[in-house]
Amino acid sequence: MVKEIKLPEVGENVESGEIAKLLVSVGNVVDLEQPVLEFETDKAVVDVPSPYTGKITEIFVAVGDRVKIGDLLMKVETENMKSPVPVTEEEAVIPLTKAVEEFPAPEAGETLPGTEVVAAEKPQVSAAPEILREVAPASPSVRRFARELGVEIDYVSGSGPGGRITLDDVKAFTKLLVSGEKKPAGSGLFFETLPEFSRFGEIDTQPMSTVRKKTAEHLSYAWATIPHVTQFDKADITDLEKMRKQYSAAVENAGGKLTMTAILLKIVAAALKLFPQFNASVDMERKRIIFKKYFNIGVAVDTGRGLLVPVIRQVDRKNIRELSIELTALAEKARNRKLSPDDLQGGNFSVSNLGGIGGTYFTPVVNAPEVAVLGVSRSSMQPVYNDGQFQPKLMLPLSLSYDHRIIDGADAVRFLRWVVEALEKPFLILLAG
Amino acid sequence: MSDKQTQTQLAVIGSGPGGYAAAFLAADLGMDVTLIDTAPNPGGVCLYRGCIPSKALLHVAKLLSEAKEAKNWGISFSEPKIDLPRLREWKNSVVAQLTGGLGRLSKQRKVNFIRGKATFNDSQSLKINTVAGAAQKLIFQQAVLATGSHPVTLPGVPVDSPLVMDSSAALALETLPKSMLVVGGGYIGLELGTVYASLGTKVTVVEMLPGLLPGADRDLIAVLAKKLNSAFTEIMLETTVKNIRVKKNGVSVQFQTGNGTELKKDYEKVLIAVGRKPNSANLGLENTKVQTDEKWFVKVDAQRRTGDPAIFAIGDVAGEPMLAHKAAHEGRTAVEVIAGGKSVFEPRAIPAVVFTDPELAWCGLTESEAKKQKREVSVTRFPWAASGRAATLGRSDGLTKIIFDSQTERVLGVGIVGPGAGELISEAVLAVEMAAVAKDLELTIHPHPTLSETVMESAAMLFGTGTHIYRPKRKR
Repeated sequence: MVKEIKLPEVGENVESGEIAKLLVSVGNVVDLEQPVLEFETDKAVVDVPSPYTGKITEIFVAVGDRVKIGDLLMKVETENMKSPVPVTEEEAVIPLTKAVEEFPAPEAGETLPGTEVVAAEKPQVSAAPEILREVAPASPSVRRFARELGVEIDYVSGSGPGGRITLDDVKAFTKLLVSGEKKPAGSGLFFETLPEFSRFGEIDTQPMSTVRKKTAEHLSYAWATIPHVTQFDKADITDLEKMRKQYSAAVENAGGKLTMTAILLKIVAAALKLFPQFNASVDMERKRIIFKKYFNIGVAVDTGRGLLVPVIRQVDRKNIRELSIELTALAEKARNRKLSPDDLQGGNFSVSNLGGIGGTYFTPVVNAPEVAVLGVSRSSMQPVYNDGQFQPKLMLPLSLSYDHRIIDGADAVRFLRWVVEALEKPFLILLAG
Repeated sequence: MSDKQTQTQLAVIGSGPGGYAAAFLAADLGMDVTLIDTAPNPGGVCLYRGCIPSKALLHVAKLLSEAKEAKNWGISFSEPKIDLPRLREWKNSVVAQLTGGLGRLSKQRKVNFIRGKATFNDSQSLKINTVAGAAQKLIFQQAVLATGSHPVTLPGVPVDSPLVMDSSAALALETLPKSMLVVGGGYIGLELGTVYASLGTKVTVVEMLPGLLPGADRDLIAVLAKKLNSAFTEIMLETTVKNIRVKKNGVSVQFQTGNGTELKKDYEKVLIAVGRKPNSANLGLENTKVQTDEKWFVKVDAQRRTGDPAIFAIGDVAGEPMLAHKAAHEGRTAVEVIAGGKSVFEPRAIPAVVFTDPELAWCGLTESEAKKQKREVSVTRFPWAASGRAATLGRSDGLTKIIFDSQTERVLGVGIVGPGAGELISEAVLAVEMAAVAKDLELTIHPHPTLSETVMESAAMLFGTGTHIYRPKRKR
């Protein structure tokens, strides 16, 4: 009987790929599970095994062809060749193990996640009850948690009795996924075993606070997924600083503190309008860029609990005085642990001003899913050569880190130049912002 | 003239256990919900003409049979007098109490309950012909189809005679026939047969297949069949009904047995309980992108979304098994999805309970299904003869079996037959859902003396260490 070999499911989100190599030719006899070709996805090269024992009679694809899941690849003559396991027509699309070779095993001796599992079942339109299929040993709450994280529970290996999958197993797997799939190879997000430090001297071990844990996970993710580039520049704020001092009393009476950060918020909002790719997010899963039509900006606040980034909403619709008042209130809330989860969500861009402490330049980490962050350092008097002589100018060092996936270097320079010029000639905000 | 036109965020069509569970959850999540059904209150077939009235009557049946058994324990009652109108009234009052309660819960949640029959104009609106005789258009953002199912009729069997009943007619309990034929050895036929038999009717069950209750393991069925064989006058297996002729005071039924012989018997009434069909017709589904399969079930994905992105389907109309608790879970799943959650319907075990005497309940993988799948399993059986609690009830005929994965000792399925099996199965469902292993059940303290201990002991048997049964582990 002639059977068809179709391209099986090879993993989550893989819909198509290229034929990398043909491992058989017409007339070859293949065994069940024997690889017949290599299929290359964006992530990995995987072997496609034959679901039958038999003789290849026809091959419909060539090296370099782009094929989709379910596409016909070959035909096999199976007559008089008993396959060791009876295979029905429906089962012809046999599951492939996920390309997980790049994942390190969580523990020595444990099976790799996914090496023994059936492929992900995409929700299919059918009226059949699905309760009798092979099922991962996990409780309903753990299954739901996994689904919410977008993790296919069948790929998670369980650490409990009978291979039961716990909440922690899912979390650990998610970290592997993040590190294995979304990060450039080489840098390490998963954890190397630490040496026994006490061998070298006295130590004190403290558990991470929630904020610290979140910061660590979030920044690791951002650092691992975003190709960072940092652009530096400096702005002459001699005049602006005079104005700031001149009006600070008035703002203070209104309940705010007129800081360079508040002024920068206004300038950045204007810049975001002019350079929309800085007011965007990258959706790698669906290969698209989401441009936002609103202008919310996060401000990094140093608190007793650690770094928090509350968000000021609709910055473009507020004047600098209003921003000063809101920023003062928000920073206060942050320090008093009064921030709600809402206050920390919905930012498009972040400003981190370390100038109050010191330093010249630094390379801030983009606060994913945002695509850029402006770092501000301490301003200082510097001689600037102007009109044939050196003049003392108050210079503000600025560092712009950006996501190189959607922002090109030239645009980043233009963006930062515009910010610098607006600091030097605030009229620009009115003119162009 | 244009009909009255209103809008709703979520329209739920059908207010059975699936529909009202969906509507109530949606309201609790803050949605604006319209629930549509022709009945005066939510409840559907389950409450009005199914689970609830049948269980009320089965309770009576149990009482009658225990009163009879009490003779063996030194207590004798005189023959019971059956006041049929009073019994009917009590059963109806149970239904009224529960459906009325649902009506109040619906009002408290500000669910807009419309009494009427809804059909789809298109993927965004319904036409509702109200019970009061008006017509209105309802525009919805999302709809949940929960229209349930109806009893199947047999070809060539008259449907307009009061002597030929479906389950609804049997539950109405109009008369107590002297003799009754139940066509169909599924749970509906066996439960209603049990009710009528206990009230004094001579009940015969005819089933086309070689066994009762297809789907359940045969060793469990054997325990039930033993009891039913004495409760019923006759159980005819592998026998089909050729035709049914309605006469003046009864029906004449022609059978064909497995070996081809034909025979003819007379009964006062016939109950047709050969299955149920989804209510997917006359809903205007052709005006939407909803698709149905060859058995008229509405096709849905794992989230219970139909081919039409705005329309979900749950319960009997969306596929087997047609059980109220499955419908309710699906309803809640669909609403969670509508509310933006990532929920899917993915039970590891849907319990099935037959409320006969003894009760029969199972969940997850059955032994026969495991065999069919060629899956390596270990099965333990704890006979209730070894249960103290069963002995005190005078019922040592039960059995608790567990199907384990041979490698991991994970609980894959459980089957229980015996009084109260329907209550006992819940622990098993939790065990399957939580992926419990044999040790988990064995190490969980169960109260003594209860029937629930049979679950713990059955698990211990995997290690050959059940306390009240000596069955040492075979050496490998």
